[in-house]
Amino acid sequence: MAKYKMHLLVCGGTGCHASESESLLSHLKAIVTDKGLDNEVQVIATGCFGFCEKGPIVKIMPDNTFYTQVTPADAREIIEEHVIKGRKVNRLLYVNPENKEHIADSKHMGFYKKQIRIALRNCGFIDPENIDEYISRDGYEALAKCLTEMTPQQVIEIMKKSGLRGRGGGGFPTGLKWEITSKSVSDVKYVVCNADEGDPGAFMDRSILEGDPHSVIEAMIICGYCIGASNGLVYIRAEYPLAIDRLKTAIGQAREYGLLGNDVLGTGFAFDIELRYGAGAFVCGEETALIHSMEGLRGEPTMKPPFPSVSGYYGKPTNVNNVETFANVPVIINKGADWFASIGTEKSKGTKVFALAGKINNVGLIEVPMGTTLREVIYEIGGGIKDGKKFKAVQTGGPSGGCLTEKHLDFPIDYDNLIAAGSMMGSGGMIVMDEDDCMVSIAKFYLEFTVEESCGKCSPCRIGNKRLHEILDKLTKGNGTREDIDRLRNLGHVIKDTALCGLGQTSPNPVLSTIDNFWDEYMEHVNEKKCRSGQCKALLQYVIDPENCVGCTACARNCPVNAIAGERKGIHVIDQTTCIKCGACLEKCKFNAVFIK
Amino acid sequence: MAIIKLSESKLEELRNVCKSFNNEKGELINVLHKAQGIFGYLPAEVQEVIAKELNISVAHVYGVVTFYSFFTMLPKGEHPVSICLGTACYVRGAEKVIEEFKRILNVNVGETTPDGKFSLACLRCVGACGLAPVVLVGDKVYGRVAPDGVKDIIAEYAK
Repeated sequence: MAKYKMHLLVCGGTGCHASESESLLSHLKAIVTDKGLDNEVQVIATGCFGFCEKGPIVKIMPDNTFYTQVTPADAREIIEEHVIKGRKVNRLLYVNPENKEHIADSKHMGFYKKQIRIALRNCGFIDPENIDEYISRDGYEALAKCLTEMTPQQVIEIMKKSGLRGRGGGGFPTGLKWEITSKSVSDVKYVVCNADEGDPGAFMDRSILEGDPHSVIEAMIICGYCIGASNGLVYIRAEYPLAIDRLKTAIGQAREYGLLGNDVLGTGFAFDIELRYGAGAFVCGEETALIHSMEGLRGEPTMKPPFPSVSGYYGKPTNVNNVETFANVPVIINKGADWFASIGTEKSKGTKVFALAGKINNVGLIEVPMGTTLREVIYEIGGGIKDGKKFKAVQTGGPSGGCLTEKHLDFPIDYDNLIAAGSMMGSGGMIVMDEDDCMVSIAKFYLEFTVEESCGKCSPCRIGNKRLHEILDKLTKGNGTREDIDRLRNLGHVIKDTALCGLGQTSPNPVLSTIDNFWDEYMEHVNEKKCRSGQCKALLQYVIDPENCVGCTACARNCPVNAIAGERKGIHVIDQTTCIKCGACLEKCKFNAVFIK
Repeated sequence: MAIIKLSESKLEELRNVCKSFNNEKGELINVLHKAQGIFGYLPAEVQEVIAKELNISVAHVYGVVTFYSFFTMLPKGEHPVSICLGTACYVRGAEKVIEEFKRILNVNVGETTPDGKFSLACLRCVGACGLAPVVLVGDKVYGRVAPDGVKDIIAEYAK
């Protein structure tokens, strides 16, 4: 390999891809060639840096300069100024929102300071399409160590001791799962990687597969060795074309290098990986549903037990782990169980990747030690709430999780704390909401999702969630009663207790947690028919203040349904029965006479 | 429902796809993915062919097609517009963007314009939450779409 003096790392994740990072990459490459720097400067596309808010990102190594929102037109300046003359392009540096200072080194950015990157260790550092780069960062070393120096049971012991728990949501101890599957007797066993990230607003797994596919492949081989399986399957969403491409490339390279196939690393152990495509069903994140989907059936869950570790894919013992869980495995083998167990809290070890999104300044992908507080995540890493608004709630765990509020901000995040607070870890989506969000509407939004995604097999989920949604709809339209809220609560608990799978057992969480934490807001919708954030359209009333109205007729002329009456230079009035609450009058009034009641 | 005449060459392609998966019924979802790639959608006629090739009932195929949101039995427009309704996009105003598309194109979600140019759909999270709200036209991703930017997006394709 040529020795380069400088590396230009361009983010090639889906977020930056959508903002022309590909064209930026080709511009940079062309200019490097043009200047005759091909032997000194390498330009590569990496996986996600996590700082999606300010993408596309370009990072320059070895000096760690971090450029944000770079467009193809900036390529020439970066090469001519930074690469050739060694002067940083100030206007592209990240600006600290607090003191307006430019920060060149990403290590000093608030966004990165608190993070510890284990699962994301290679995302943004290596070219995911080049196996040599993965190998140069200790890639496949853990595999070699397991296959040549350790027995499967020894590896399982390390996994158990590390305390790693499933990152897909359930939080089941990974080592224990491997042990159970390893003890199931069968001629054929399967290792399945669950990459069906269906949780809206979450993109952890996608970023790992796009940025570091080999770490997942390596872990799957190790898992196969431990449980005695020769077949690996990755169940991945068809909506992730880039991740699928990168994974395919990586599998091909691993075969070429003898890391997959009939004789892995010359040890006689056989293992290979195939892809299976999801087709857009949230319930397929549940392991039994996922397995049925891989068998070409409707993705409906079945009763457990039997657990997949005993009877899974085509009735054979199957070990299902999530992408992020797998990404942790090689590091644990390399650095040891004690090292991993030293990070995190008593019952939740290691780190967790979160997809931070919603009304927050720094949208992106972050990885923090378990036990970090929500306040640190939202204010220090996330940079606080967008547009200086007030924090209202954070939704963790996606449609299965709950809304946490200000009083939970100093909670250390781990599996058990989140459940105690009425939410859950889930796969790691974290959506921040501000004062403009109506919590009743948010609960309704999630229920809409669950109703659509319920597979329909068991009645608590199929019928119960539909009823929850109807009641919430009634509340947002101003027709709710006090009894409706009690009904929501009762029904919610019944569904939780009786539904067949994880989807139904958690689907009332958004409703129950918002009722608990935002009781006043629910009561306002019922008693005063008022929505304080103005999101429930049916509860709004546009009114003209006679004090401010000058009779300019602008509102009346722009009203699409002629609901506003009034003479020129006289006071105007809105007829509430005709008004469709479109807000056109509010926008057009130059005298602040129209307001929302 | 009117019977759709499928072109023989495409049907041949479909049969070859089934064959490439050894006519294995466990490969149904993979076959459907390819079939949707060939025809753009999965009308009843296509499902019948697949059922015959894989030796399973049409009801089974129909059950799978209707279960997964990725599969569609309605043809999409020349430029399929999909609006992300993931939570991140929702809290950043995706609903208003949908309303604007509905208003300008004069169709509802799940429908295609009479001239066949645009179809409107919602999807759940493309994972570009940093760019919320996100709109996809074909494979092209538009980020941070505001309601008043909608007409410009449509204009790009309306020619």
